[in-house]
Amino acid sequence: MIRRLVPGAVLSALFVLAALVSYVWTPGDVTGVDIASKLQPPSPEHWLGTDHLGRDLLAMLMVGARTSIAVALVAVGIGMAAGVPLGLAAAAMRGTLLDEVIMRGNDLVFAFPSLVIAILITAIAGPGAVNAIVAIGIFNIPVFARLTRGAALALWERDFIMAARVAGKGAPRISAEHILPNVTNLLIVQGTIQFSLGILAEAALSYVGLGAQPPVPSWGRMLAEAQTLTAIAPHVALMPGLAIVLMVLGLNLLGDGLRDVLDPRLRDLRT
Amino acid sequence: MRSRILTPAFVLCALPAVAQETGLTLAIQLEPPHLDPTSAAAGAIDSVLYANVFEGLTRFASDGSIEPALAESWEVSEDGTTYTFALREGVTFHDGSAFDAEDVKFTLDRARGEDSTNAQKVLFEGIEEVAVVDPQTVEITLAEPDGALPFNLAWGDAVIVAPESAEDIKSAPVGTGPFVFDEWVQGDRIELARYGDYWGEAPALETATFRFISDPTAAFAAMMAGDIDVFSNFPAPENLPQFENDPRFQVIMGSSEGETILAMNNAEPPLDDVLVRQAIAHAIDREAIIDGAMYGIGTPIGTHFAPHHPDYVDLLGLSAHDQERARTLLAEAGLSEGLRLSLKLPPPPYARRGGEIVAAQLREIGIETEIVNLEWAQWLEEVFRGQDFDLTIVSHTEPMDIGIYARPDYYFQYASPAFQQIMATLKATTDPEERSELLAEAQTTIAEDYVNGYLFQLAWPTVAAAGIEGLWANQPTQANPLADVRWTE
Repeated sequence: MIRRLVPGAVLSALFVLAALVSYVWTPGDVTGVDIASKLQPPSPEHWLGTDHLGRDLLAMLMVGARTSIAVALVAVGIGMAAGVPLGLAAAAMRGTLLDEVIMRGNDLVFAFPSLVIAILITAIAGPGAVNAIVAIGIFNIPVFARLTRGAALALWERDFIMAARVAGKGAPRISAEHILPNVTNLLIVQGTIQFSLGILAEAALSYVGLGAQPPVPSWGRMLAEAQTLTAIAPHVALMPGLAIVLMVLGLNLLGDGLRDVLDPRLRDLRT
Repeated sequence: MRSRILTPAFVLCALPAVAQETGLTLAIQLEPPHLDPTSAAAGAIDSVLYANVFEGLTRFASDGSIEPALAESWEVSEDGTTYTFALREGVTFHDGSAFDAEDVKFTLDRARGEDSTNAQKVLFEGIEEVAVVDPQTVEITLAEPDGALPFNLAWGDAVIVAPESAEDIKSAPVGTGPFVFDEWVQGDRIELARYGDYWGEAPALETATFRFISDPTAAFAAMMAGDIDVFSNFPAPENLPQFENDPRFQVIMGSSEGETILAMNNAEPPLDDVLVRQAIAHAIDREAIIDGAMYGIGTPIGTHFAPHHPDYVDLLGLSAHDQERARTLLAEAGLSEGLRLSLKLPPPPYARRGGEIVAAQLREIGIETEIVNLEWAQWLEEVFRGQDFDLTIVSHTEPMDIGIYARPDYYFQYASPAFQQIMATLKATTDPEERSELLAEAQTTIAEDYVNGYLFQLAWPTVAAAGIEGLWANQPTQANPLADVRWTE
C-alpha cells in the first residue's frame, strides 16, 4: 500500500508545488519571446532548455501545470457537484421514474466518447480554458452519479439506515447525513482517477488547439508545437510529454494507494 | 510491351521505374473548395488547375513576366484603348470542341457580367466591349487606356472556359491545357492526365496527382516516406535543413507574392487612430518574427508590395523597430495603459507563431492582446467577411494587390480618398515611368498611414525529390504548372 501511495503522493505533490511556486517565481518569462535563444538544449541557465520562441521550458511547464491542474480540478469539481447529488437522489428514489430519468440521462452522456463531447462543446462555444473545463466537467458527471448511486444502493439496505428511517428522518436527510459520509472514501479515490483523466483530456484538447489559448502555456499545446522539431530539438517535445506522463502516473498511483488505504473492504482483507 | 507480358518478373521490377518517370504526386496545403478558378478567390483552385487544365489568353511565367498563351500575339491601338488579340490555331478543349474567338467573348462577358461571381471582377472593369472579328481574332475595347490588360488576363480568374462546359465547371472542369481533369476524391486527391491533343509541346508527365496536406508533421512524414514527390510551399520551415542535407531531396527556395501583414481594423477605435497604428508598427521587430516564425526565410517589407518587383520602394525605415518611439506614440494617443486588442490568427505557422511573437512585442510597449486561434473557415467568416477583429496576421498572395487598399469595404477598412485617387490615376496611365512613380506614391501613402503592420514577404519553399526538374520556383500567381516538369533519373 505504501508502495503506491508514497511515490504517487510525492509525484503529484511535486507538480502541485511547481504550479503553486509558479505564482510567485518562475525561472523565466513565459510570455516574453526571445528568438535569439530559441531551441537551446538544457543548460545551467535554462535547466530544461528553451522552446521554439526562446522561452524557458521549465517555466512553461510550471505555468502549464497550473493550467492543467486548474482545468482538471474544476472539471472534477463540476462532475462531483452535479454527479453526487444526482446519484444520491437516484438511490433514494430507486426504482421510480426519477431514478430512471437520471440514470438513463447519464447513460446518454456516457455513451458518447468523452473527448468527442469535449471537442463538440469547444467547437460550438469556441476554444478556451473555460470551455475545456465545462466540457471535461460534463463527462465527469455520469461517472460520479453512477458511482454514488451504486454505493448508496447497498447502504440503503443496511440496518443503520433502517434505524435512521425509524427515527423519522426523510430520504434527503438520510442521504446527506448517513449515505454521503459513507461514500466519501470512494469519491476521493474516484476523484483522483478522474483528476488524472482530466489532465489527459486537457492535454488532448490543447493539443488539437481547443484548450487554453496562447500565450497561456499548456502542456498539450507545447507538445503540438514541438512536433515538427523532434529531429532538431527533441527536448522541446520530450519535456511536456514527460510532464504529462509523470503527472498522470503520479495521480494514478495516488488513487490506487488511496483506495488501498480507504476502502473498508480491502482494509478488512488485510487485517 | 510484349516482353512485359511474357516475363512477369520483369514487369514487377520495371513497373515502379516506369511509373516514376511519367507520374508525379504533388502536395499542396489546402484543398480547393471547387474547381472553377473563375468564381472563387481560393488560391488552391489555381494551385491545381492554372496552366494545367485551364489557360488564359496570356499567362504568367515563373519570373512573373507575361507571356502569350491562347493568344499568339496582340496589338494595341494608338490611343491605347483597343487590344486586338490573334488567337492560336488548332486549340481544342478537353471535350473535343474547338477553341475560337466566341469562347473568349463568352468567357470575358461571363466574368464581367452583372451576375458574375468572379472573385476579381475588378480585373475586367475597364473592358467596354469584347468583339469577335473572326474565329481567330478578338478585339477588346477599353473605356480608358489600360496598360495592365495583358497582365490582368493572365490571372487564373481570366482563364478561358467554353459555353458548352461552363455550367458544370465546378466539379468537371474542361479547359484547353496540357492536362485533363480525371478524378477528384474529396478530402484526398485530384488526378490529372496528359491531354493527347494539346496544342503545345506534349508534357513529359502522363499523370499528375495533387494531394492536400496542411499538417506540418504529416507533410514531413509523407515527404520522408516518399508518398509524395513534390511539396509546394512546405508548411514547416524548420524542417527544410533536413531535406537540404538529404541527397534524396532538393529544396527550391522561391519568392511568392505573399505580403504577410499584421492587418489592423482601421474602422474601429482605437485602431482608427493613426498614432496607435504607428505605435504598433514601431513595436514590431520583423527580424524576430522572420527568425522565430519562419526560421529565417522571408524578406522584410515596409509596405504592401513585393520586394522582388522592380517598382518596390524600401520603406522599412518608416516603421523601424523602436520601442521608445512606440511608447511615446501611444502616450500621445492617450492610450499608454490598459490597451487590450484581439489578435485573431488563421492556421498557418506564420500566423500562429508570428502571432505569439507579435503579442510578446506588443506587451513590451504596454498593449495586451487576446489571441484567438481560428480555422480558415472561421477566419474568413469572422475576420475577412465579418470584420470583427482588432488585429490579425495573414499573407496576401495575389500578385500586385495594392489595389485592395482602395476598397474601403475591404476587411481592414482603409478609407483614404487620396489613395483611391492615386489608384484611379494609375489605372488610366499607360506610360511605364509614370506608372512606376504612381506605384511608389501608392506604397508610400499606405506606409505613412500605417494602415497595417507590414511584416515580410512570404518565401515559397518547394521540397522535391531529387531528379525532378521544371518546377516553378517562384509564385507570381499561385500555380504549379506541370507542362515542363520531368524526371531526369
